[in-house]
Parts: sequence; structure tokens; C-alpha cells
Amino acid sequence: MTDQSTNSVAFVADGNIPQSPPPARETGAIKWVRANLFSSWMNGILTVAALLIIYKLLSDALPWIWNGVWTTSSLSECREVLQGKTGACFSVLSERWNQLLFGFKYPTDQYWRPTLAFVLLFVAAAPVLFFDLPRKLLAFTALYPFLAFWLIWGGTILAPIVALLGVAAAAYVFQTYGKASFAIGFFGAIAAAFAVWIIGGKLIPDGASDNALLQAVPSRDLGGFMLNMMLGVTCVSLSVPLGIALALGRQSNMPLIKWICVIFIEFVRGVPLITLLFVASVMLSYFFPPDSTVDLFLRVVIMITMFSAAYIAEVIRGGLAALPKGQYEAADSLGLDYAQAMRLIILPQALKISIPGIVNVAVGLFKDTTLVSVISMFDLVGMIRGPILASTEWSGVYWELLGAAAVLFFIVCYGISQYSQWLERRLATDHR
Amino acid sequence: MSELAIEREIDRSKMSISDEVAIQITGMNKWYGQFHVLRDINLTVNRGERIVIAGPSGSGKSTMIRCLNALEEHQEGQIIVDGTELTSDLKNIDKIRSEVGMCFQHFNLFPHLTILENCTLAPIWVRKTPKKEAEELAMHFLEKVKIPDQAHKYPGMLSGGQQQRVAIARSLCMKPRIMLFDEPTSALDPEMIKEVLDTMIELAEEGMTMLCVTHEMGFARQVANRVIFMADGQIVEQNEPEEFFNNPKSERTQQFLSQILGH
Repeated sequence: MTDQSTNSVAFVADGNIPQSPPPARETGAIKWVRANLFSSWMNGILTVAALLIIYKLLSDALPWIWNGVWTTSSLSECREVLQGKTGACFSVLSERWNQLLFGFKYPTDQYWRPTLAFVLLFVAAAPVLFFDLPRKLLAFTALYPFLAFWLIWGGTILAPIVALLGVAAAAYVFQTYGKASFAIGFFGAIAAAFAVWIIGGKLIPDGASDNALLQAVPSRDLGGFMLNMMLGVTCVSLSVPLGIALALGRQSNMPLIKWICVIFIEFVRGVPLITLLFVASVMLSYFFPPDSTVDLFLRVVIMITMFSAAYIAEVIRGGLAALPKGQYEAADSLGLDYAQAMRLIILPQALKISIPGIVNVAVGLFKDTTLVSVISMFDLVGMIRGPILASTEWSGVYWELLGAAAVLFFIVCYGISQYSQWLERRLATDHR
Repeated sequence: MSELAIEREIDRSKMSISDEVAIQITGMNKWYGQFHVLRDINLTVNRGERIVIAGPSGSGKSTMIRCLNALEEHQEGQIIVDGTELTSDLKNIDKIRSEVGMCFQHFNLFPHLTILENCTLAPIWVRKTPKKEAEELAMHFLEKVKIPDQAHKYPGMLSGGQQQRVAIARSLCMKPRIMLFDEPTSALDPEMIKEVLDTMIELAEEGMTMLCVTHEMGFARQVANRVIFMADGQIVEQNEPEEFFNNPKSERTQQFLSQILGH
């Protein structure tokens, strides 16, 4: 210590102070334990109590899992094998595994179809999720919905082809007329798609699905975790674009568009999802032409998509509001039009801010797909509550079944969460 | 008074003003609700003119130049920019905006794009320039503002002065015929003001038509060929810089000048 602390104001450092290592008690494992586990009496007591609780939980759960029986064919046989010891009866999982995954009506010899669709899902999702991959892979992503539809439902290949042609016609019309006027392009595209679908639907002969390459499977035969995955993937991928459109519409200068979006969002957010699902299963048929039989799966997809789109719209509105006004002004002053400014400047930043919120809604949506079990669709939870627990062999195997359901959902939801964190790090360019 | 820019010798002979009119404002009025922000603004700017707009804060300087590329709407009067009248027609607005460059107080670079992408974005999407050509153009202007080596960094990694120079380069990539500056140095540390002013002086020497809202009176004295003083939403006085600073006519101007030059 030099005499800086004395009364003299003038001071000149007489050289650089060299670096020295920190004191020994400030490093290593002991320091960590002292700082984090036993920094005070209270903290020490809490640490010991927590350790005791963890020990108690594990000492009960581990033997239960470890002694688990995997090979019997009913709960009573499990009990015979265990002879009063603690142990899980995992046999229900190994015996009913296919039912848990695919439901109890999907034709057994066709399980490879949804499995293949599931594997291809990763190929299709990869270029969307990891945008460093070559852009050409997006062609497969565009084809995937039609391919997956054909694989899972089977029947005539003409149906997905007509659907694809309708979308292609819409895209063509929008490309051609959308430049001159967005409204003409947009509504023209919708009209073109419906025209192709209606004409194409009439052209497909009635018995086309009877001897098709892939046996036709009706929607009511879908079930198990496959149904949750299908609903989750479809609804998330539809509700993000719809949510973006609603969020932008809510900011619009045009009162009509603005109010349609506001009323839609506020109405849907004010109604419980389960109500919407009952509407889908019972009442939605009133809104369609009397002779049309709109598939229950499609009706549920529409309802869940509307529901989560309203939430995503509000999340994205938060992201839009967080952007400084200068970003809009800079985009405007460079001469970008509305669509370019949104697509290139505003949305990339607003969506980046909204990632945690969107993922939150997506994870919630995925878990909410289990609600379809109340409108007698046999998803994973519907399968467990219905056919499996009601059977004479497995009545009463709650922990094992619901635990397995929890693990399946956890894997997917944790995966989504990890992806979103990676994405946030990948997109962090502001270096603030 | 800030003398930062004055250290440079300026060749005024190159800065010729043509008779062609670049901007013509006639009887412009603007209100925010009941508040009359701009009152009967009349201004003609010839091609090659460099105009500095000064005045106390809240006097409507920024609002006025933001009306010129329709970032703000005017309610009365006529604005003709580069031969095109500013109306509510979106096509006209986009055309004018692509001919008029603008630099903001807070730079407003796009933080999710690299410096190079910031510069090539508008040429590629508005001018439909091929990507390679746009990149060459961007590098040319980045060299001009002396930061070509930062091209692949993100705006957040640059200092304020560098960001403002990128913002100038970004505007120049659109090959604008008119440049608007809205307090370009107000958000900068004193040591960074000079590098931005130097860039602007260079631009002026090349004959760019410039309208600049600034408090840098040194810059005004040296570069401007007209200084406009605004107060309470109207143009109070305009004159050549020498006259304006040495012999201000109105009391309001004298008061303003004594406040900012007094220390």
C-alpha cells in the first residue's frame, strides 16, 4: 500500500502490480460445498433434510423399478412372481406396447407405415429446424405432409396427389397475381385450391381405395401415442403461421382486419380447450354442408390449431412490441414494402424474441392433445384409461402405465425445450 | 463550440449547386392531434445543396425531415421530392424512399444481420440487384466509410461511430440522390463524432444533396451552404452560414446561438 490514503492529492503509480493467484480457501470442491450447501446453519439443515428426502424416495422407487417384472401376461401372474416383494409390473408395457403406440384398431401388419412416417418426420423437420442444412431439402419437407397422410391413412394415392395439386395451384396463383395485389393473389390462391380439390375429388372413382397399394385405415382406427404425435405435429406446424398472421393482423391499420383478429383471439382465449373439443366432436358438423362427413381427426385439428394459434399470436405480439420503432423506420426508409419489411426485418427479430413463449405454447399444446380422450378418441391416455385398464388382465396397473405415458411425453417435451435453447443461442447475434 | 470538423481543408469548388430543384415544400402543415407541430413550411432545395437545420429541441426539425420520406404524414401542403409528389399513394412513397437515404440518431442497423447483409439487403430486394453485384457495391461503400474489415461482424460488435458509418454506407448502397441526416452524432461519444462528420464531409464534397439536422455548429459553418433555424414548428430564419452565425437577424436566433455558442 502506497500512501494514497494520506492527505496528499497527487499520486503516481510506481509500476504495474503483478497478477497473483487467489487465496487457497477460495478454490476447489471444498469451497463449492461450503458456499453452496453449508453457508449458514439454516442452509446446512435444509441440505441434510433434502438429502434425507432424496434417500427416502430412491430407497422406495429403485427396488420397485429394479424388481420389475417384464414377461408375465397379467397382473395376477406378476403378483405370483413377486411373492409379496415390492416390484413393478412392467409386463403390461411389453405386452401392450403396440397398443400404447398405435391404438387397438390399427391393422397389426401395417405398423411399419406410421413408423416409417415417424422416421421421415425427422428428415422433413431437419431443414426447418436446422437452417444451416442445404435449402434443397425443403422440397422433401413440402412433400412430407402428403406422403405422411398417404402412409398413415393409406387408401388411394390419388387423394394426396389431388391435395398436393390443389396446394401447387394455390402457390402458382399467388406467385402470379400476388405481386400486383396481395388480396387478389391471396383469395385467388384459396379459390384455386378449392377448385382443384372439388374437381379432383369428383374425379377420384368411388371404389379407388378398395384395392389400393396401401390398405385404407379410417381415422377412428388411429390411436395411441401416434395420435398424440400426429395431432401435436400437425397443430404446431399449422398454428405458428396462423399465429403470425393473427399477430400481424392485430397490428394492421385496416380496422376490419384488425377487429376480426382481435375478436378471434379474445374469443378463443376465453373458451376452455375442452369446450372447443366437444364443439368439434358434436357441433361442428352443423357448420359444414349437410351431406359432407368431415373427418373427426380434421375437426379436432382445426379446433386445437385455432386454440393454440390465438395464444401464439399473443406471444408474437409481445415480440413485435419489443422491437424498437427505429427498426420499422429503417426498413421503411430503405424503400422495403410491407411484406419485405415484415419478412426480412421485423419477423426474424420478433420471432427470435418470442421463441421461449412459442415453445411454451407448443409444449402445452402437445400435452393438451391428451384431452381428446374425453371425446372418445383413443390416444395414449385414452388407451390407458379405456381398453387397457378396463381389461381383466391389467385392471389396476396405474403406476406403470401412467409412468410410461409420463416418460414418453417427457422425452418429446424435453427435446423441444432443448432444441429451443440451442436455437436461442444460435440466433444470438446482438452481443449485448 | 465544436471545432471537430474544422481541422480539414475543404475544397468548396467541387461542391457546385445546380439550378435543378431536388426538394420543393410548399405550405406544409402538420398536427399531432390538436398540437400544431409544423406551421406553414416553405422550402426549396436545389440539387447539390447542403442544408443544416438547427433549432431547440421540440421545434419540429426532425419531424420536418421525416416528412420528406413519409416516415411522418403531413396533413396540408405539397411536398415534391426528386420530381415525385408525396401523396398517400404507396407506390410513390416507396419510389421516393428508395431515392432518399436516411441516417438516424440511433443508427437503426438490423441487429440480426451482418454488416454486409445490412448493406446488401435493400439493393437486393428493392433494386433487384444480383447478390454478387450488391456485395461488391456494399464493399465499395464500406471501404469508403473505412470499415471494410468489419463486413462480417454483427452491428452489436461495433462502436457507435462505426455503426453510424455503416448506416451511412447502407443508405449509400441504394445510390440515393438525396441524403437526410436526423441528428447523426447526437448519440455518439465525443471522440467518435469526428469520424462520422468526416464521412459526411466527404459525401458533401462529392456533391450529394444533404439535409442535416444537427447541433454540430462547426460542421454547419464549414459544410453547409444554407442554415435553417426552426423554432416552435416554423422556419424562423435561413441564411448562409457566415451571415447566420455572425449576424443573426431574429431575436429567437440570437438567443439560441448565444446559448449553444456561449460556452
